Amino acid sequence: MDFKDIIKPENLVYRRSSLLTDKPFSYCPGCGHGTIHRLIMEVVEELGIQEITVGIAPVGCSVLAYEFMNMDMQQAAHGRAPALATALKRLMPDKYIFTYQGDGDLAAIGTAETIHACNRGENIIIFFVNNGIYGMTGGQMAPTTLPGMPASTCPFGRDVNIMGNPLKITELVAQLPGVHFATRQSVHTPRNVRRAKKAIQMAFEVQKNKKGTSFVEFVSNCNSGWKLSPVAANEWMEQHMFPFYPLGDIKVDGNLVTK
Amino acid sequence: MAKVRGAIVVDVEKCKGCGVCVPACPQEVISLAKEVNGKGYHYAYMNKPEDCIGCANCAIVCPDGVISVYKVKLDN
Ligand SMILES: Cc1ncc(C[n+]2csc(CCOP(=O)(O)OP(=O)(O)O)c2C)c(N)n1
Ligand code: SF4
Ligand code: SF4
Ligand code: SF4
Repeated sequence: MDFKDIIKPENLVYRRSSLLTDKPFSYCPGCGHGTIHRLIMEVVEELGIQEITVGIAPVGCSVLAYEFMNMDMQQAAHGRAPALATALKRLMPDKYIFTYQGDGDLAAIGTAETIHACNRGENIIIFFVNNGIYGMTGGQMAPTTLPGMPASTCPFGRDVNIMGNPLKITELVAQLPGVHFATRQSVHTPRNVRRAKKAIQMAFEVQKNKKGTSFVEFVSNCNSGWKLSPVAANEWMEQHMFPFYPLGDIKVDGNLVTK
Repeated sequence: MAKVRGAIVVDVEKCKGCGVCVPACPQEVISLAKEVNGKGYHYAYMNKPEDCIGCANCAIVCPDGVISVYKVKLDN
């Protein structure tokens, strides 16, 4: 069978979501931000909720998310996305509201907003992209940087005696009664992508049923900041990030998952 | 036994040559081209097109969403 006979509209089984704009992503080659954008928009497309969903972009590499996600978007001051999401959801309870935030944004400057929005059980989704550093500004140490992991502000590795321990904020917010669903995913292999998409679907379902906050973490690579090729960065992530940030559900249906 | 044939179309000018799709393919169909696109990236292409089964693994891991996947079932 000839290539030309296969490439026909009726044989199409996968294409980029139509809810992404034609603008090429501003992300570095191989960066997980792109994959996560794609998955969120696939779910919004499949649920048919483009007209009634509002996303909130953070400060960080994904500050321009509103350029790529073709629906109503806002952009919050650094770390304040959950506060803005609170306002939007309370003013427009019938809309689906999500934030999209990096670890510097969510777990450093925005820690207060994150914790209090979760504790109030705001009926929103928080998508949290954890790449262990501040990507946009040049790979500085973040609260999520692993012990011993080098970053531009700790070139010899994070020394926990001086710099403190990394913050597992997903486990932390999962303790709060307001959080109904908390999970940690990744998008670097096909199997992980499929699981991550299910988690995103679940988060929208929770919001539909007005159950409280969904907190969906993605452990992702910042290959530029880690100074590795994209494929090597994903391998490094498996070897180093996942033992510290284990993948899987942390809280489902309001109950902590016992492992 | 029903056999499947697949094919992918890479939006060459939007591919960033990151290579993430290469290990994602169970059939080892994809390679990065020696040539570069307009942005200077070694874009992905089907090196062994006859082995593609249209599973879409490559497309779902592509951060830039530049792969479309086609699949046909062959009788006999
Ligand atoms: C109030 C304020 N403080 C500091 C900055 C500088 N700044 C921009 S992005 C960023 C960190 C972003 O890191 P992260 O949230 O991990 O996102 P990533 O870029 O890694 O996706 C910082 C500190 C800013 N823009 N505004
Ligand atoms: S700097 Fe890091 S997080 Fe930002 S786009 Fe590049 S790889 Fe992604
Ligand atoms: S994953 Fe996408 S952007 Fe990266 S090399 Fe493959 S087709 Fe190109
Ligand atoms: S569709 Fe599947 S078999 Fe075909 S190139 Fe992509 S990953 Fe390989």
